[in-house]
Amino acid sequence: MTILLEPDQHPAEAPDDDQPRSIDPALPPGDRVFHGFAHVIGLSTLVIMGAIGLFLGYQSIPTFRRYGLGFLTESQWQPEQDVLGISAVLLGTATVAVVALAIAFPLALTSAVYISEYAAPRVKSFLVSLIDLMAAVPSIIWGLWGFFLLQPKAIHVAHWLHTHLGFLPFFHVDTDPEAAPWAQSRYAASAFIAGIAVSMMVLPMAAAVMRQVFSQAPPGEREAALALGSTRWGMIRTVVLPFGRGGIIGGTMLAMGRALGETIAVVLIISPAFEIKFKPLEVGTSTVSALIAGRFGEATSSQLSALLTAGFVLFIITLIVNTLAAMIVARSRSGAVTD
Amino acid sequence: MTAVPLTDLFEPTPVVEARGGTLEARGVSAWFGSNKVLERVSLDMPANSVTALIGPSGCGKSTFLRILNRMHELVPSARLNGEVLLDGVDIYADGHRITETRKRIGMVFQKPNPFPAMSIGDNVLAGLKLTGIKASRSEKEGIIERSLTRAGLWKEVKDRLKEHGSALSGGQQQRLCIARSLAIEPEVLLMDEPCSALDPTSTRRVEETIAEIKEQITIVIVTHNMQQAARVSQQCAFFLAEMGTPGGIVEAGTTEQIFGEPVDPRTFDYVNGRFG
Repeated sequence: MTILLEPDQHPAEAPDDDQPRSIDPALPPGDRVFHGFAHVIGLSTLVIMGAIGLFLGYQSIPTFRRYGLGFLTESQWQPEQDVLGISAVLLGTATVAVVALAIAFPLALTSAVYISEYAAPRVKSFLVSLIDLMAAVPSIIWGLWGFFLLQPKAIHVAHWLHTHLGFLPFFHVDTDPEAAPWAQSRYAASAFIAGIAVSMMVLPMAAAVMRQVFSQAPPGEREAALALGSTRWGMIRTVVLPFGRGGIIGGTMLAMGRALGETIAVVLIISPAFEIKFKPLEVGTSTVSALIAGRFGEATSSQLSALLTAGFVLFIITLIVNTLAAMIVARSRSGAVTD
Repeated sequence: MTAVPLTDLFEPTPVVEARGGTLEARGVSAWFGSNKVLERVSLDMPANSVTALIGPSGCGKSTFLRILNRMHELVPSARLNGEVLLDGVDIYADGHRITETRKRIGMVFQKPNPFPAMSIGDNVLAGLKLTGIKASRSEKEGIIERSLTRAGLWKEVKDRLKEHGSALSGGQQQRLCIARSLAIEPEVLLMDEPCSALDPTSTRRVEETIAEIKEQITIVIVTHNMQQAARVSQQCAFFLAEMGTPGGIVEAGTTEQIFGEPVDPRTFDYVNGRFG
C-alpha cells in the first residue's frame, strides 16, 4: 500500500497512533555467556584494586592508632626512638617526580612532534622502535647508569645551577659554591640525579602516548590550515597540538604516576635523609618507595605496619592523580585514543 | 586592505575591487607513485568567472584541482609534470614559496573543516594568523564582518561570534570555511565539491555566495552535480578516465556549449545522464 500525501501535507502530520513497539532484547546463548564472562573479568579488575586498597588500609590501622595523624606531619624516621613520620618522605617523592617530569615532559613532547610530523617514513619507524626499546631497559640498569655514569657528570651541572641560580630556594645547596675545591659530595646522591634517571624511564611512555595522539589529528583540518597558506609549524600549532591536548596531559600524568612509584633506581642513587626541604640539588632525600625497599628487611611488625601505611598513602595519591588525568583526558577530543 | 569610500557606508554589501586572477594549466600530468592519474591536461580558467570541472568519479578532477594550489604534493608519492600559470607566472617555478601561492589560491573542501578549538570569529581570522598578516583590532572586526557577509553568513552569526566553530550546522560550517578562505583575499578560490555533503537549502545558499563573489574572484569548482554546474558556471571542462588509463579533459568550453551542443559523443552521453 502506498501512502500518498496531499501537496501541502507533511509526513509528520499523519495520525498519532504511532508509538514505538517493544523488541525482545534476548541474546543468543553464546553471546550471553560471553557477556557474563566479560563482565566478570571487568569487575575483577575493580575487585583486585579494591582489595589492594583495603589490605593496605587495614594494615595501616595499627599505625594510625599509635601515631595518629602526626604520622603524616612528622618528618623523622627513627624506629628506635619510636618516632615515625612520612612528611619528609612524601615531599621527597614529590621532588623526584617534579624533577623527572620537568626533564621528561619537554623531551617527550618535542620528540613526539618530531616523529609524528617531521620525520621521514623510514627514520620514523626507526625512532619509534628506539623509544620503545628505551622503555624496555630494566629500572635497575637505569639506577646503575645513574650512579656510575651520570652522577660524576651531573654534579657539575648541579654546581653550575647552584652558582648561578642559587638565590632561588629551589636551587640552594648547603655549601659554598665559590670555594676553590667545591664540595662535590654535597651535590651527589640527590633528588636531582635520581630525577634524571627516573625521567629516562618515564619519557618513552609519555612520548608514545603523545605520538599516537598527534598522528590521529584529523587530516581535514590539517589540509584546511595548509590551504590557507600556513607553514608546517603553523599547522601543527593550530591543529595538531590543540587536538592532542588530552593526550599530552594523559601521557604526562601516566609518566607522573610511574615517577611517583619508581623504586630501585632511586634506591641505588640517593642517600637517605629525612628533612623537609624542596632542594633537589642537595645531597640526601627519600621517597616512599625507597623507604619501603630500604627498611623492609629489618622491620619489626610495627615498623612493617608503618611502611605499609606509607605505601597506602602513596597508593591513594597515585589513584587521585590518575583519576584526575582520566577525567581531563576523557573530556578532550583525543581522549578516545589514549588509554 | 583597500580603503572603503564613504558611499559604501550606505550600501548593504561591501564593495571590493575586482581582482580575480587568471589561471592556466599547460600539459599537467600527475602520478601517485608509478600510477599515472592525469594525462596532459591543459585548461584556461578566465578571471572573475566560474569554471566547473565535471565528470564521473575517479577521473582526476580533484587531483587536478589540488595541483592548482600545490596541495597535490602533500602526498608523499605524488609527482607531476607541466605548468600552472597564475597571471602568467608558473607557480611551480623555483623560488616561488608555497605558502605565498596558497595565500593567493584558496581552497574549500568537500567536508566542512572549521577549526573546532576556535571561536567563529577566530576561525575567520585564522588565515591571517597563520600567514602572519598583522591587523589592528578594528581592522580585524571589519575583516570578520566583510568575510562573513560575502559568504552569506553574517546575519546568522553576528551575535555569536564567540561561540565555537563546531556549533554550527553543516551548511553554516561550509559558509564559515568560505569566509575563512575569503578573509585573506585570494585571487582564486578552488572548491572541491563544496555542496555534496550539504542539504538543499544550504546548497542553494552556497551557490548564491558563489554567484556574488565571482565578481571579485576567479572560481574553479569540482562538482558531481551536473545541474549545479549548469547553474553556477560560465565555463565547463568534462573529465573522463577510461578503464585503466589516466584521466584527461575530453571537452572544454562555455557552459552553454557543453550542455547545449557538445561536440564529443561522450560529453553528450554524460550531460544527458547516460552514465556517471
